[in-house]
Amino acid sequence: MTLSTTIHSDPTRQQADAWRRQTSLRRFYTALGVGLLLVAMFATMWFADEANAGHFYDRLPHTLDFLSWLVPKDWNDVWRALFDIASPNDKGTQEFNFPLGRVYIWGGFYIPEYFELMLTTVNVALVSTFIGFVFAVPFSFIAARNLTPSPILRLVVKRFMELLRAFPEIVIAGLFAAIVSIGPVAAIIAIGLHSIGALGKLFYEINENIDMRPEEGLRAVGANWFERVRFADLPQVLPNFMSYTLLRIEINVRISTIMGAVGGGGIGEELKLAISRGFGAKTLALVLLLFITIFLVDQFSAWLRRKLVGEQAFLMSA
Amino acid sequence: MAAMTVDEISAIEDRHPQIFQRPAYKRFWPLLLIAGTVLYLGYALWFFSLPQVLRESHWERLPLFLSQWISYDLQPEFRLDQPEITPKYPRFSALGENPDPDWVIKNPDGTYTVQIDGEAKSVTFDKTKATITANGVTVPIALTGSKPVVTGPVPDWVTVHDDEIVAKLGFAGEVRVTVDRVKVRKRFLGWANFVFDTRSPFFGKPYSEVISLIVSGPELKPGTSNLALAADNFWNNAQWQHGDVWTKLLQTIVMAFLGTLLGGIVAFPLAFFAARNITPSGVLSQVLKRFFDFMRSVDMLIWALFFTRAFGPGPLAGSAAIFFTEIGTLGKTYSEALENIDDKPREGVLSTGANEILVQRYGVLPEVVPVFISQTLYQWESNTRGATIIGAVGAGGIGLKLWEAMRTNSNWANVFYMVLLTLLVVFIFDNISNVLRRRLSRTLHDYNRLQAEQG
Repeated sequence: MTLSTTIHSDPTRQQADAWRRQTSLRRFYTALGVGLLLVAMFATMWFADEANAGHFYDRLPHTLDFLSWLVPKDWNDVWRALFDIASPNDKGTQEFNFPLGRVYIWGGFYIPEYFELMLTTVNVALVSTFIGFVFAVPFSFIAARNLTPSPILRLVVKRFMELLRAFPEIVIAGLFAAIVSIGPVAAIIAIGLHSIGALGKLFYEINENIDMRPEEGLRAVGANWFERVRFADLPQVLPNFMSYTLLRIEINVRISTIMGAVGGGGIGEELKLAISRGFGAKTLALVLLLFITIFLVDQFSAWLRRKLVGEQAFLMSA
Repeated sequence: MAAMTVDEISAIEDRHPQIFQRPAYKRFWPLLLIAGTVLYLGYALWFFSLPQVLRESHWERLPLFLSQWISYDLQPEFRLDQPEITPKYPRFSALGENPDPDWVIKNPDGTYTVQIDGEAKSVTFDKTKATITANGVTVPIALTGSKPVVTGPVPDWVTVHDDEIVAKLGFAGEVRVTVDRVKVRKRFLGWANFVFDTRSPFFGKPYSEVISLIVSGPELKPGTSNLALAADNFWNNAQWQHGDVWTKLLQTIVMAFLGTLLGGIVAFPLAFFAARNITPSGVLSQVLKRFFDFMRSVDMLIWALFFTRAFGPGPLAGSAAIFFTEIGTLGKTYSEALENIDDKPREGVLSTGANEILVQRYGVLPEVVPVFISQTLYQWESNTRGATIIGAVGAGGIGLKLWEAMRTNSNWANVFYMVLLTLLVVFIFDNISNVLRRRLSRTLHDYNRLQAEQG
């Protein structure tokens, strides 16, 4: 009994007890958090399964059947589909009518259909990223706290960009499909508007973190707002702007593919058709082309970003 | 200002040759970039045949569509060739079974007056003549001949067609007159029947009456309490489909949550094997990294289409698509975070003779868990937006519903309702994720500062 009282009065022992209490409390909270997350996970799994047309366990055995049609009887058909070369398996159905899609440029010289569609998708991504960049740059200067003194102007521009970012692209695309006809132009407008918001947010955050000394120097010699932004701010932020724009191109290529599947022109639509009708060779050709393109765009953009801003481009700030 | 001599200028130039004598490609690359961009834009103009598309576009529809987002119209039609003039409303109009709006007035002398915007914009007619009043002008139209004739001057808001006279009254609506019928379109600001549709027993009742009915009224449908009936009528509102819309919205949220969470769970262990500083085997690391690239590069769309085909349309397909894409994205970011850690804590734990798992648990995890969680939250946020789009290809959620409502071009108010709900959800989730990430980043910040202080 006397022993325990002496231990309790020991300050080291008290500290150890406090530490143990704290740890067990933290462990309890961690366990509680993980438990809640698991409950939420299983609840949502059940919900997703209930709401789906086919259920997970019923469909699982059939998944392999469905993958089996992907394996073409003749592997050469994949290449033929990709380059629009006539197939000996052609029986007049849409499954093997490869040469029909040829886009003749001049005489007998043609671009295969899928390459033309892929080009459309990439062009949609590039043009919409350009639109985003052109509008996001001036907006970002107006939205930056250190460059624009008027809080009302800042607030208006920031809220506007937030709205553009959160507005579902598919609604903008649908609205403009009714105005400029369904196709790639509606997709460009939708993705472009979204890019303005997305890039604008990233850009103004960069602007707010610049070194203000060049700006003060220019202010001291009487430069106006445009001159200060042009010569003090722009040289500091341009590499980062470019890096984020390249990242946006990667994202926009993916979005424009999806837009294609809902009528925005380009490769998405063809892919959706091929998969829903079960054209194995065509599906494989399209997936291959899309995979290679996205991979190349990603790698090229990563290489260029590394050159522009170094390793910083790959560190996600927490 | 003291002028510089030539010697001084050349001395400065000699001291900083890297500024004054840059190689040609460095001096001209901005110009080249701009020229390239201009050339590309010219090509894009041709590629999308933009001039033609813009020429054939219908910009006049834009204000009409936008006004339809927040308004609705009623279109009564009056046949003049019947024995008696009676208003006819389209079936399923917002007024319900027995429409008797107070802006259609049967005058004592047998004429009808339709007030489109109060007294100021209205039309009065019988079988022989119609009088349109608007903008302070009265336009009489004779209907006795084989086609309608405006007697008097024709103002510019009235168009005379061959057998029809159209008066456009701006946002308020329009009047179309032929010899045998008068057609009126009157536009109302707001959403019609947002709470109860026309089949509901609560339809058309003022709010105070509805509330008193719910609190203490007699049962409108025997065996069901009025509160349950009202909730059921609201949930199953045929025009707005609140129940369906909210369920689909929940599906979208679930898809993003489930996909991101499962992706994180699978990517977590794989990332340790992919990180070059933790896994000694270079082959395994390379294989896993290429696998992550593959999962990312096979687009979310392709996964969505595949899983829609495999499991049928619905949120299961969408969750699976996000799950597969996230294995790639999160695996890549996790492994990059692992490769950027400080190796000292790991070496410290290793030097105590701990086994591999304990080294990861106490030497690596405390450093990367905040980064992992932060990146997962970021992906969750962006997937909540993305889930709306992939829904449109059949992967479940609100996307498909939005797309279907838009395709008919007639239901823009419904579209706007769904957009508002989506914006609300995105806004809430953005903020949750932002708050959580800021709290985490404070932890990260403290951790970094502590490390810096300890040298």
